[in-house]
Amino acid sequence: MEIPYTISTRPDTGLWNAKIGIWLFLASEVMLFGGLFSAYVFLRLDAQPGEWPHGLLNVPVGTMNTAILIMSSVTVVLAWAALKMRRYGAYWWYMLATIMCGIIFLFVKLYYEWPQKFEHYGIFIKPAALEKYEQYLGNNRRSEKGIEPRIEISGHLHNPEALKDANIKEYEIGLDPVYVDPNNPANDRPHFLYVPPTDHVAKIEKEDVERIDSFGPWHSAYFASYFTITGLHGAHVLAGVLVFIYMWLPVSKKLYQRNPEHLANRVEVSGLFWHFVDLVWIFVFPLFYLL
Amino acid sequence: MNNPPDVAQDPKEYEEYAHGVQKHVRGYLMVGALLLTFTAVTVALSYVDFGALFSRIFRVNLSPAQGGKANITVALLVAMFKAGLVAAVFMHLAAEKRLIYRVLIFTGFFVFALFWLTYLAWYNPIVR
Repeated sequence: MEIPYTISTRPDTGLWNAKIGIWLFLASEVMLFGGLFSAYVFLRLDAQPGEWPHGLLNVPVGTMNTAILIMSSVTVVLAWAALKMRRYGAYWWYMLATIMCGIIFLFVKLYYEWPQKFEHYGIFIKPAALEKYEQYLGNNRRSEKGIEPRIEISGHLHNPEALKDANIKEYEIGLDPVYVDPNNPANDRPHFLYVPPTDHVAKIEKEDVERIDSFGPWHSAYFASYFTITGLHGAHVLAGVLVFIYMWLPVSKKLYQRNPEHLANRVEVSGLFWHFVDLVWIFVFPLFYLL
Repeated sequence: MNNPPDVAQDPKEYEEYAHGVQKHVRGYLMVGALLLTFTAVTVALSYVDFGALFSRIFRVNLSPAQGGKANITVALLVAMFKAGLVAAVFMHLAAEKRLIYRVLIFTGFFVFALFWLTYLAWYNPIVR
């Protein structure tokens, strides 16, 4: 038996079935991401001064990934329009471009952005010892200016063995540029270009350390929400890419030859999902990378 | 968008339809370019100190924390504009069937309620 209303509209809804189906699914997706975004707002509003980090993500890379997602949204809608005009060749190329955009986005996230974070360390200083590390933190000036204090020193950990060896009494950390020149007003706000840790090594005694963590989800509420939301978003990108690959393979050409409008409708609903994924990223990008 | 007429029956009618789709394509490309432009705008605006700017324009004295909130507001307004473009043009919400709008009104209501509950929890004077 053939599935009804894949092309023709159902009299009571005025829509073909997959269309109403995808919109109901997207409604549930809005609630899913809405829950996570509201958690983000909650955590951010309740963060103590200095606890919510700024400028830790690579803005040019994030901007590039945003542009890639936007371009993929354009190519998928062009793929759909090409099918509507019965130009399968153009559809094939647009779909390939969409798939490539999705793969590049995931590749950048999984092989560049995320691993870099796991190798970067932040050392939270005990409140009583903050004054001792004033040369790296610059909190006296910040307090005069009414800016949130710095409670963490971050960079590249030169002696990772100190994490496990209790006999080593201090951490040696190659400082991020901010901590080399903490009183420079240019460092009050995040920089656009990513600058790697410097060769300037600071020694921080373990007894002054509240905790030390790499920039993973365990580091802070900021990174916990960053990895949760970008991870779930990445899973959505992966799902979209897999669906698009199926629609790009020869198996879909058979459907096109049998019933081109059916394939066009399939591309339309999966495209709606893809645009939603793009839409979520439009909010993720400024909230995590820029603000 | 309406389904295309059957090609076999009337090629001329189909040609007109294809021409209509072609017109939409130009719109999609324009919106794509606009979204890319506004991505650059979002990034650029995030490096503007709106606290200092508003303090100068409105002759008030905003604290760095209030300035931060001003930047968040501006960035979210641009993001909403971009999201609106994606929803209206790419997702065809500018002209859709009534049932889909109904579904979205319900969704909007519940999302609003969700954020409102978050706000209540944060504002709870008993815990704080």
